[in-house]
Amino acid sequence: GKRAPVQEMEQAEIEVTENKSESGACFPPTFSVSEIKNKQRRHAMFLKLKEEKRKQKLELKKKKKKERKALGDQAPPKEVPKTIENQRIYDETTVNPEDEEVAFDEGTDEFSAYFNRLTNPKVLITTSDRPRGRTVRFCEQLATMIPHAHVYYRRGLALKRVIPQCISRGFTYLMVINEDRKVPNGLVLCHLPDGPTAHFKVSSVRLRKEMKRRGKDPTEHVPEVILNNFTTRLGHSIGRMFAALFPHDPQFVGRQVATFHNQRDFIFFRFHRYIFKNEKKVGIQELGPRFTLKLRSLQKGTFDSKFGEYEWVHKRHEMDSSRRKFHL
Amino acid sequence: MQHDDVIWDLIGNKSFCSYKVKTKTQQFCRNEYNITGLCNRSSCPLANSQYATVREEKGLCYLYMKVIERAAFPARMWEKVKLDRNYAKALEQIDENLIYWPRFIRHKCKQRLTKITQYLIRIRKLTLKRQRKLVPLSRKVERREKRREEKALIAAQLENAIEKELLDRLKQGTYGDIYNFPIHAFDKAMEKQEEETESEEEEEEDEEESGTREFVAEEEFEESDLSDFEDMNNLKGSSDEEEDAEEQSSEEEETEEELEEEKTKAKSKGKTPLKGPVRKKRAYVEIEYEQETEPAQKSKAT
Repeated sequence: GKRAPVQEMEQAEIEVTENKSESGACFPPTFSVSEIKNKQRRHAMFLKLKEEKRKQKLELKKKKKKERKALGDQAPPKEVPKTIENQRIYDETTVNPEDEEVAFDEGTDEFSAYFNRLTNPKVLITTSDRPRGRTVRFCEQLATMIPHAHVYYRRGLALKRVIPQCISRGFTYLMVINEDRKVPNGLVLCHLPDGPTAHFKVSSVRLRKEMKRRGKDPTEHVPEVILNNFTTRLGHSIGRMFAALFPHDPQFVGRQVATFHNQRDFIFFRFHRYIFKNEKKVGIQELGPRFTLKLRSLQKGTFDSKFGEYEWVHKRHEMDSSRRKFHL
Repeated sequence: MQHDDVIWDLIGNKSFCSYKVKTKTQQFCRNEYNITGLCNRSSCPLANSQYATVREEKGLCYLYMKVIERAAFPARMWEKVKLDRNYAKALEQIDENLIYWPRFIRHKCKQRLTKITQYLIRIRKLTLKRQRKLVPLSRKVERREKRREEKALIAAQLENAIEKELLDRLKQGTYGDIYNFPIHAFDKAMEKQEEETESEEEEEEDEEESGTREFVAEEEFEESDLSDFEDMNNLKGSSDEEEDAEEQSSEEEETEEELEEEKTKAKSKGKTPLKGPVRKKRAYVEIEYEQETEPAQKSKAT
């Protein structure tokens, strides 16, 4: 009843006083900080516990350091700290660069026409209905970055009707920026003749005037493209999709580079101007808007949300359960 | 007995009516059988024993009629007549059913039928167009994704990755001959040359016999002074060439000017390794050289 907790508290108090006299004391094994009913005392005990742990950790570190020094050359190699990238669960669909099957697939997929230099990219950028100022400006800035890009106002047209018209006018890409609450939040990238459609979630959009220490506006030169960290089959196909947005031969005179960097399934897009100070140092200056993408679904064929065949869909309960598993 | 006036007196003005909704300017009636939706003496279904309405259910219009004979049988009070889908025929049906009824109710029923058919048509048209699907966001998931994105951004170290990639591309030679950074190759070549000369010198020393003459410099004399002089001439010569080149290119874009500046700087830097220990003295000369070119460029730019 009431006596037991009181006794416990008294016991705890006694132990506290004892511990004050001793240093590095150990508690009886059945006692835990959470059993103290008084919040302030419990908090104080917890802080003390943390202090103890921290001290122990420091001592351990010092000891290890001493041992290392003592051993000198014979010391075992330093342990590599664990990072999420280190601990990533190995994905079976990781692409091996020499894989023949992958090479064959890439030779015959929808982008082979682009990679065999048969087509030149031509991008149509549009938005969802009634875009607000931010989205419109974002579209304009995208159009300045991507060569041969045209922005058209949506005017309530159905995408399924827009797509055949685009194909007849020779566009290779359709980019629809979806807007929610005056902010762009989604991107549908549709490769045109009959190519895959990727749906991304867009976040952290920074327009040009919001960027600190940015350079002047990008010129008309064709930028280079950097694709980082697209390892799996899915990542590979998404990477090719991004690569096919830009024309083949970058004009190195312009010194502009567009980067798609994949980290933990987030694709970061940046647009820089670089300058080689010497052969070991390069300076980069960010122009252009930046945004992050997260792939939500990849669908074969052009945009058809109801009857399309989905190659990959992000299913939250299955795919987000592990912190170490990534798909791109 | 049905005393409509009494009922109206109570619910209309004096007492409480649960269907009444009052706003600043108007009173509305929430009764489902009300024909106009307003709270009026002539529109109140409770205060009129002879009443008719048109209501719509699942795309079909029905005419509801109430007569005083059935006032005692609430279960059978409302007579429901299905109206034709054709608007004109439905109007005729209303006329037929409400043949000797007051003008007001007939008129209002037809008006209501009109409005209902219009909104049904609009519904059918809209369902054919694109429909926006609202997907609910889970706040917990959004917060989690935001946090993960921040962490991923920190882990990505974008600037470093981009710089590394660019330097790799430079090393591989994807940029071809645009950038003259021969230092690397130059150093290698220099090392090779040094090795060769060393090996040659060793051979020579071995072959040397006594009696050969060697000319040695003074103790205080430094080769650097001499070489300074020589290279200054070389530099001045090349700077003249570069100034000519710049005159030609003055009309071109800034980027190309910058490129040429780079080239000149690169060239000058390419020359410095020749005099490694002398670099400090060279610095003096270099500064002069740069000052010469920069203002010249600026004047041409304007």
